[in-house]
Amino acid sequence: MKNNNLPERPDHRIIYEAIAPESRVLDLGCGTGELLYHLVRFKQARVQGIEMDKKAFYECVKRGLSVFQGDIETGLVEYPDGAFDDVILNQCLQEVRKVDFVIEESLRIGKRVIVGFPNFAHLQSRLMLGLGGRSPITASLPYLWYDTPNVRFLSIKDFLIFCAEKRLKILSAHFLGKTGPVTFWPNLFALNAVFVLTKGKEGG
Amino acid sequence: MVSPNMKARTKNQAHSEQEAGVVETQYFTFAHPPHELRLECGEKLGPITLAYETYGRLNAERSNAILVLHALSGDAHAAGVHAGEDDPGWWNEMIGPGKGFDTNEYFVICSNIIGGCKGSTGPASLNPETGRPYALDFPFLTIADMVNAQRHLIDHLGIEKLLCVAGGSMGGMQALQWAASYPERVRSVIPIATAMKHSPQQIAFNEVVRQSIMADPAWREGNYYEFGQPEKGLAVARMIGHITFMSDQSMEEKFSRRLKNGAFSFNFDANFEVEGYLRYRGANFVKRFDANSYLYITKAMDYFDLSGGKLIRSGKPLQTRFLVISFQSDWLYPSYQSQDIVRELKGKQVDITYCELKSTYGHDAFLVEVEEQTELIRHFLGVTLKGYHSWNGQGIKYGGFG
Repeated sequence: MKNNNLPERPDHRIIYEAIAPESRVLDLGCGTGELLYHLVRFKQARVQGIEMDKKAFYECVKRGLSVFQGDIETGLVEYPDGAFDDVILNQCLQEVRKVDFVIEESLRIGKRVIVGFPNFAHLQSRLMLGLGGRSPITASLPYLWYDTPNVRFLSIKDFLIFCAEKRLKILSAHFLGKTGPVTFWPNLFALNAVFVLTKGKEGG
Repeated sequence: MVSPNMKARTKNQAHSEQEAGVVETQYFTFAHPPHELRLECGEKLGPITLAYETYGRLNAERSNAILVLHALSGDAHAAGVHAGEDDPGWWNEMIGPGKGFDTNEYFVICSNIIGGCKGSTGPASLNPETGRPYALDFPFLTIADMVNAQRHLIDHLGIEKLLCVAGGSMGGMQALQWAASYPERVRSVIPIATAMKHSPQQIAFNEVVRQSIMADPAWREGNYYEFGQPEKGLAVARMIGHITFMSDQSMEEKFSRRLKNGAFSFNFDANFEVEGYLRYRGANFVKRFDANSYLYITKAMDYFDLSGGKLIRSGKPLQTRFLVISFQSDWLYPSYQSQDIVRELKGKQVDITYCELKSTYGHDAFLVEVEEQTELIRHFLGVTLKGYHSWNGQGIKYGGFG
């Protein structure tokens, strides 16, 4: 089943499949660069990463990726409109303070924006909070309340409402559970979600 | 072309596996009249001699050449040692077998800038028209002129495209100028602890440096060559430099308020250790560096300005890759100036790697902080030369070129 040409992480695999060969890609919060490396190597993409964490940054450097160390909220304004085919915001939105600014800027500099985030409304979270009375800890939200990097807690439903309010067009949506894709009641059963977005018509 | 380096390699193997070994400075003379080099100031200069050294071997495809560019007081001797001498080159920690600029893999070139005083044509060189040192008859230079002269050397060495141009401080300015002047001739650029333009503060420091030299009566309007250097003025100029190269923290660590003899002397001798250090550095410098060169080079740095779209002119995306490095405690070339370079490049859709390295050494860090720079540069160069497809993330195989 293991294919070396595909990224190992399931969310990375979904994003990898969603990106066309030879695309120009910006990955905001690119981590250790696993996804970018596969895009560069097997899809001949032209990639740029931004990563805050020093250790992860050096992992990217080891893979030979172009990456700068910095935070994503200040890293976008200098890019011209439409500089990238795809801007990836995977597993970092929940750590961003100015969410709508980052998404707006991403849609300005990228033709498409791919957003991936942990679902706060997963069944397990609901049980921990609703019955247990404690802050949820799940596979996709593994942190204790006092040392979490997350500052935003959103569900799939929240994000759908956000997209509707901001008139963002959802090109595709993917939901991941513990063992694979989730098709039934994703807001209850999906641990992670990946959305491919583009500007709605009204948004110009 | 590469025979001296092969010699260096052979000796090096006996010497140490990690060192560039015994190296020799070579000389290239060009721009003989009537084909003098036209300078940005409008004047002409020729003939011009460039002192240079090379380390490693040029491969058959001529694709592995790296031009390393020195800072204000640097020279062509970047790595290894000269026969019979002990002093390693100024970037010896970074250039050599298995080092950041791995001479098993790359052909590294370093040349003394024009205007310098370490073998290349500068104000202390003889003016062929008068038979005496140029002194202030030497034309004013810019960083672009220095790079233009280097380009003649690269032509002479038969290299069409450099794998990389790299340097710190003024060396970084030259690297950026290479990208601006000859974008089609560089595959990658590594500007370290540098700026796209000199700030008023940087110009101000340089002006104090120049005034210090020119205020010394021994400077004699630049015509001191028969009498000896304006030692006092040049020493003070260098002392100012050294203050700006360090950081508050590194000075605290290095000297604190320690006294040389344990007690206040109540006179104006060097009482604090930091005073002794600056005096020692100043006194040493006058033995090795020409005062007029210092004036001309600092002026060239002050003229440097690639802001406002001059760094990358062409509208189409460049294939050139950039690795920009700055240091946290560097207040002479603060990180914001490196970030300005990054911002400028972002607008041009250039591949950029940028990192601000932790260091307490101030501006000196680019010469001192070897480990992290090595890691960054080694991988960056590896991918630039071999492409992602043959890059395994572990480094490159040695000896695979012919």
